[in-house]
Amino acid sequence: MTAFYFVAFLSIFFALMTIFTKNPVHSVLYLVITFFTFTVHYIMLNAQFLAVVNFIVYMGAIMVLFLFVLMLLNLNKDTEPMKSNLVKIMGAVAGMCLLATFLGAFRVIELDNGFVTGNSDVGLVKNLGKVLFDEFLLPFELSSILLLTAMVGAILLAKKETKEA
Amino acid sequence: MDHIIQHIQGIPLNHYLIFCSIIFAIGVVGVLIRRNVIIIMMSIELMLNSVNLLLAAFSAYRGDASGQVFVFFVMALAAAEVAVGLAIVIMVYRNTKSVDLESLSKLRW
Repeated sequence: MTAFYFVAFLSIFFALMTIFTKNPVHSVLYLVITFFTFTVHYIMLNAQFLAVVNFIVYMGAIMVLFLFVLMLLNLNKDTEPMKSNLVKIMGAVAGMCLLATFLGAFRVIELDNGFVTGNSDVGLVKNLGKVLFDEFLLPFELSSILLLTAMVGAILLAKKETKEA
Repeated sequence: MDHIIQHIQGIPLNHYLIFCSIIFAIGVVGVLIRRNVIIIMMSIELMLNSVNLLLAAFSAYRGDASGQVFVFFVMALAAAEVAVGLAIVIMVYRNTKSVDLESLSKLRW
């Protein structure tokens, strides 16, 4: 139980480091650590499939993509022009207002004071596979088309344009 | 007796709600205060992930697998979004030699 609070603290700390670090490469690395703490959260919820997918897809694929783009554009130094302090303070205040709104809303809604334990077995691969390929078969196939479209679109966008075009 | 064991092992659902909204608010602040497009996309990833964790927590709480299947679809969507978004960033960088959001405020260059 205390493990949850420790890992939650780590997540919040590294998420803050992600958005406040000047160097973009350090920012990506802090985001990787944040995603790793999220994987730990999934393991504590006994969502094994999501933990593995989060580890492979987010930390493996997406973060490597971010790092590759940063190195391709040669941005691994602090060249970013920062916003003025006024805009920064206003952004922080807006975020705090959003958080206050959320917390106020949570005080009003009546949750039945439930406890989330990590001993439900809905997150096992066997159960999720049954649900995914039975009820959610059509969205699954549609998401494969979405990924194909994204792949073709990314290649088309990032390709160097030919001279005569 | 069963309730006491749950009380010791479990985490109140409220704490998951609060934790995920804090991470979401951090993502929103990141979008608002940074000018680098790549870091703004990373903040969007942070927001998506906080929603994912909350969906998984509710799914484990209700004993319903649909929430975790939905997280799977959100992850597929995030992968597609990042691929296309980073391709756009590369193309913009090739044209303007910068990843600053302000450089995109004009409609033609």
